[in-house]
Order: sequence, then structure tokens, then C-alpha cells
Amino acid sequence: MVDLTTRLGAMTLKNPIMPASGTFSEDLAGVIDFNTLGAHVTKTITYEKRGGNPTPRVCEVRGSMLNSIGIPSKGIDHFIQHVIPYYRQYDVPLVVSISAHNADDFARICQAISVPGVDAIEVNISCPNIEDDGKAFAMRPSTTQQVMTRLRGASDLPLWAKLSPNTGETIEVALAAQEAGADALVVSNTLLSMAIDIQSRKPKLGNLMGGLSGPSLKPIALRMAYQCSKAVDIPVIGCGGISTVEDVVEYLIAGASAVQIGTATFINPTAMPNIISGLEDYMIRHGIADLTELIGSVRDDDAADSVVFMETAP
Amino acid sequence: MANSDTYAGVSSPANGKVFEVETRVKSNTEVNGEYRLLILDAPQRVLDCQPGQFFHLLCPSTLENAPYLRRPMSIYGYYPEKGELHFLYKVTGEGTRALAELLPGDALNVLGPLGKGFSIAKDWRHLLLVARGVGLATLAPLAQEARRRGRKLTAICSARSPEVLMSVDLFRGMGAEVITVTDAEGSSGMENIEAIIQGRIDVGEVDALYTCGSNRMLRLLQKIGAEHGIPGEIALEQQMACGLGMCQCCVRSFRRNDQIVHERVCREGPVFDMQEAMAW
Ligand SMILES: Cc1cc2nc3c(=O)[nH]c(=O)nc-3n(C[C@H](O)[C@H](O)[C@H](O)COP(=O)(O)OP(=O)(O)OC[C@H]3O[C@@H](n4cnc5c(N)ncnc54)[C@H](O)[C@@H]3O)c2cc1C
Ligand SMILES: Cc1cc2nc3c(=O)[nH]c(=O)nc-3n(C[C@H](O)[C@H](O)[C@H](O)COP(=O)(O)O)c2cc1C
Ligand code: FES
Repeated sequence: MVDLTTRLGAMTLKNPIMPASGTFSEDLAGVIDFNTLGAHVTKTITYEKRGGNPTPRVCEVRGSMLNSIGIPSKGIDHFIQHVIPYYRQYDVPLVVSISAHNADDFARICQAISVPGVDAIEVNISCPNIEDDGKAFAMRPSTTQQVMTRLRGASDLPLWAKLSPNTGETIEVALAAQEAGADALVVSNTLLSMAIDIQSRKPKLGNLMGGLSGPSLKPIALRMAYQCSKAVDIPVIGCGGISTVEDVVEYLIAGASAVQIGTATFINPTAMPNIISGLEDYMIRHGIADLTELIGSVRDDDAADSVVFMETAP
Repeated sequence: MANSDTYAGVSSPANGKVFEVETRVKSNTEVNGEYRLLILDAPQRVLDCQPGQFFHLLCPSTLENAPYLRRPMSIYGYYPEKGELHFLYKVTGEGTRALAELLPGDALNVLGPLGKGFSIAKDWRHLLLVARGVGLATLAPLAQEARRRGRKLTAICSARSPEVLMSVDLFRGMGAEVITVTDAEGSSGMENIEAIIQGRIDVGEVDALYTCGSNRMLRLLQKIGAEHGIPGEIALEQQMACGLGMCQCCVRSFRRNDQIVHERVCREGPVFDMQEAMAW
């Protein structure tokens, strides 16, 4: 028997597989067994009711997709009355993703959502859609620190900071989140992108720009997960472009203690349970008894095995 | 993962039991210049369908075409006794081009049945549907269901020319009365369709109206429905990613109790109340 459990600070998950926020809801219970998952992560909510962005809200690009869903939210009251009770039927930790336009509002929703039934709060400081021009708190260490400090004061629940690839300061932002008291980092959200229909010359998304997710995001998010896990002491949860067991193993080796699966569920709604059983098979096949043998095991001090082509070497 | 075939969850209220299953192509043939009929050998558990529901198809990747997201397709026919699932589709882009390349024996992963289908209230004795183009695909199972429940059905089928009128025989075969209108014959204009429907209403033969697709048809049927107090339903389309209600990309606006509400075409729809639907 192999041990699939993983530790995220004070929390222990029965396996390292959980959904990514915005790609999961109660509706999936018609297709898969929610009890198989390591955690449940809900779509980002805001305190107030709000609408989303104009349609079209998604488009596909080669092998991946863009979305500009925004954060349509039924508000916190609806969430507390209907969504949290729904998830109590499962013996799986519930992680609630929250967002807000400023630190005050962030603190307000964080406090309000710290109720029985919620096991951790994921802080979406990285959504590229909610702020003008795709700006987000997680683009800079200073704004990350500001908002995370306020949140730390507002809740005793584990706080997971969800980082953004839309920054040149990945490590600084990760350190700022840790400094401010984050219990884990989720790495990462979508990459700000664009697509244009060359026939009509119009942007393919109603919101002009949107976030790239799916397989083409993976090398970028994997690089960030690696950088973050090297830099911080808190656990890193990998997210971006995972669709196979091998992708999961790669993130674990890079240093992630768990992973989130997003877009892959749109392609195969059964992706998560399949990957969980596939991971177990993988560990059996490779004689790996538990995940700690994989997590952070990257041999980055050894040279890569492949030939170095001198023409393209820097 | 492609050959996954799982059902483990509890059924959700609107979607019922939804399965991701691998099917086999029985045939995939041209119906006329523009449309193709895809017949799949499908397991029994996905064949408990409602007219108006759809499947989300994982179109194959080929040399030229590499669709990424699934593609929504109305159920054109479901036959549990034969183990068959039928789709009628128009080749428009990458996904449907890839579908068109499927050969008998090929595998196709489908997700469904999805969404909320048409309703037929107990006291709706005489149903009238207006279909154009590939909208026939969506409305055909309604004719089948009407016959099963012993209701009368009139189908107004519209097309560019008599040659591209599909499914006329299918509707007739299901005991429906079929009225054809075409652009080529100049009979498909809104005024003529209105006159035809008015004629039916005058003799008391319309208890409910059904359609799908076009804005112009929606406006016309909304007007007729409102004037005569006749209920109706429309099947709508919107771009989809998950097809299950998770991603919120497929919303449309509806008018309800003097408010504008947003609903997901994949989950609350694709069939909606005619009067609540908003032209776009
Ligand atoms: C509930 C529902 C039922 C449908 N039933 C049928 C049917 O029975 N027969 C049929 O021929 N077509 C049907 N359609 C439309 C069909 O989904 C599109 O024609 C198809 O997705 C086009 O894909 P493509 O890659 O060939 O075209 P592209 O234009 O290359 O597609 C690009 C993207 O836009 C999306 N898209 C394009 N057109 C539509 C559309 N009209 N509706 C939703 N998404 C679209 C595609 O899914 C894809 O993500 C239905 C749509 C919906 C929502
Ligand atoms: C349709 C859609 C909606 C999303 N909504 C949210 C959201 O509300 N909050 C959030 O933090 N991330 C959201 N994301 C980002 C995902 O959680 C995830 O970070 C990203 O998609 C990368 O993972 P993937 O490649 O596995 O999809 C969304 C992604 C998609 C595709
Ligand atoms: S397609 Fe995802 S909610 Fe409708």
C-alpha cells in the first residue's frame, strides 16, 4: 500500500489532488464522487452580489483556453446559507476562495467566511479580471504584504495566498505573502492573454483580455512553483496546466506538496479521480511509499541529462 | 484518461445522471451539402434522454484540426432499443471539421446527457414548432416525444431551398404535420410564417410554441405568444467550456419579474421560457 496523504501546515489531505477555483462546483457531483478528492475548492466569491464580464467569456487557443469570466458572485449570504452546508455532507476539507477590491473589503469577507464548515481560505489576489487592466494585488510584494497582513488579522483559519504569473517578482511576492502570515501558496492563477479573430478583427473575448489556462500554462506555473518552494518554508500548492499523472509528479518533484486541477476537468470531468488512482498506480510501479519521497526531490544541482547544443546555449 | 467511463457521484437536480463515456462511431455520413449525420453506438446509461438536451463532444484531434474544448451538440435522436445516439451537425470550424473525419469504428468520448429539455404540459394537446437549418436537430426529439405522449404536432420547417429541407420525412414519420417554407420559393418570410401560425390559432390548434436559434423567430413567436396567451419554449446556444454548470461562461440574459437575470445555457437551459428569453 502506498500513502497518498500530504500535509499542508496543520492540515492533512488524504491525497494531493484538489480542484482549482472556478473550475469546480456542486454541479460536478453528478459525474464524479466528491469523497475521492483531497480537498474541495470553491469559485472565488466577493462579499457583495456582482455580475461577471460580458460574453464571450471563453475562447480556445491551440491546446489551451482563455477565460474572462470575472467573478460573478451571489454574495456571501447565499454562500453561507447554501454552499457551505452542501459541502458538509463530504468528509473532505472545504477551501473557500475569496476576493475583494481593497484590503478593507478583503478583511470583511475573510472574517465573515470564517465559519464552521470552512477549513481554509484561499485568497485570490491574482485574478487578472477584477481590477482594471488586469492589475492585481499579487503583482507586487508591497500590495501582497498589505492585504495578507490585514487578512491574517481577520481570521484564524489557514490562509492560502494564490499568486499570479503576471509579475516579474515571483520570489519577492512569495516571501511577502509568507512574511504576512500566509499558511500556504497556490501557484498559480492564469496568465493575462489575448486572442483576436482575424476575420472580424475583433478580440475573441468580450473583456478584450483574459487568463490563459491549460497545458500551455504548465511550464510557467511549474517554474513559479519551483521558485516559490525554494524561497519559502510554507507549503506550495502547484496549479497550472495539469492534465496527467506525470504532470502531478513533475509538480511534486519541483516542490509542490499538493496540486490543483482546473481546465483539465472541462475536457475530462473525470480527470481528478482518474489522476488520483493513476498516481497510486504510479507510486506502486516506481516503488514510492509516500509522497515525501517525491516532494521537492528535483535534482537541480545536477546537470541536465540531455545534450547541450552549443549554438543555442546562452 | 480518454477511455474513462465513470459514474460515482450523486445525481444533481437539473443534470440528473451525467456520464463521460467512450462511444463507437457506427456511421458518419453527409445528409446534404451542409449537414452530416453522426450515429454512435452508445451505452444504455446515456440513452435516458429528454428532448432538447445535449451532449458535450470531445472532438478528435487530427492532422489539420486540434480542437481543445468540447463542443455542445443537441441530441438529434436517442434510441435505447438500438443503443444509438444521433447527432445532426453542420461543419463550421475546427471542431466540427474534426468530427466530420470520424470513420465507422472510431472512438468518440461524449459527456451527457446535459441540460434541461423541453416540457410538454398535460393540457398541451397541440404543439407547434418552427425549425430552421440545424435547429431541426434540436427539435426532432420533441416530435418523437409528442407522438409517444399522443399529442398532435405541427412542424414548420424552413430552409434556403427545398433541396436542403432535412428531416421532413423524419417529422412525417413521427406523425407530425409538416409545412415547408423556403427562401427560394419566397415563403420563409416572417409575415408568411406569422400568417400560417395565425391560421392554426384561429382553428384552436396551438397550445404551445417551440423553436430554437434565430432572433427574428424569437421575436415573432414572443409576439404571437403574448397576443394569444400561448406558452412557448426556445432552445438557445452559447459558447461553452465545461457544459456542466461550473465555469459560468455560457450565461445569457433573461427577463423575469421585471428584472434581468443571468442563467447558464448548459444548466438552467438550453431550453428556456419563450417570453423570458431576450433577443440578442
Ligand atoms: C446546446 C447547443 C446545442 C447545439 N446543437 C447543435 C446541433 O445539433 N448541430 C449543430 O450543427 N450545431 C449545434 N450547436 C452549435 C455547435 O456547438 C457549434 O456549431 C460548434 O461548437 C462549432 O464548433 P467548431 O469548432 O466547428 O466551430 P468554431 O467556430 O471554430 O468554434 C470555436 C468555438 O466557438 C464555439 N462555438 C461556435 N459556434 C457556436 C454555437 N453556435 N454555439 C455554441 N458554441 C459555439 C465552439 O464550441 C468553439 O469553442 C449547438 C450549440 C449548443 C450550445
Ligand atoms: C473558467 C475559469 C474560471 C476561473 N475562475 C477562477 C476564480 O474564480 N478564482 C481563482 O482564483 N482562479 C480562477 N481560475 C483559475 C484556476 O483556478 C487556475 O488557477 C488556472 O486555470 C490554472 O490551472 P489549469 O491550467 O489547471 O486550469 C479560473 C480558471 C478558469 C479556466
Ligand atoms: S459551460 Fe460551463 S457553466 Fe455552462
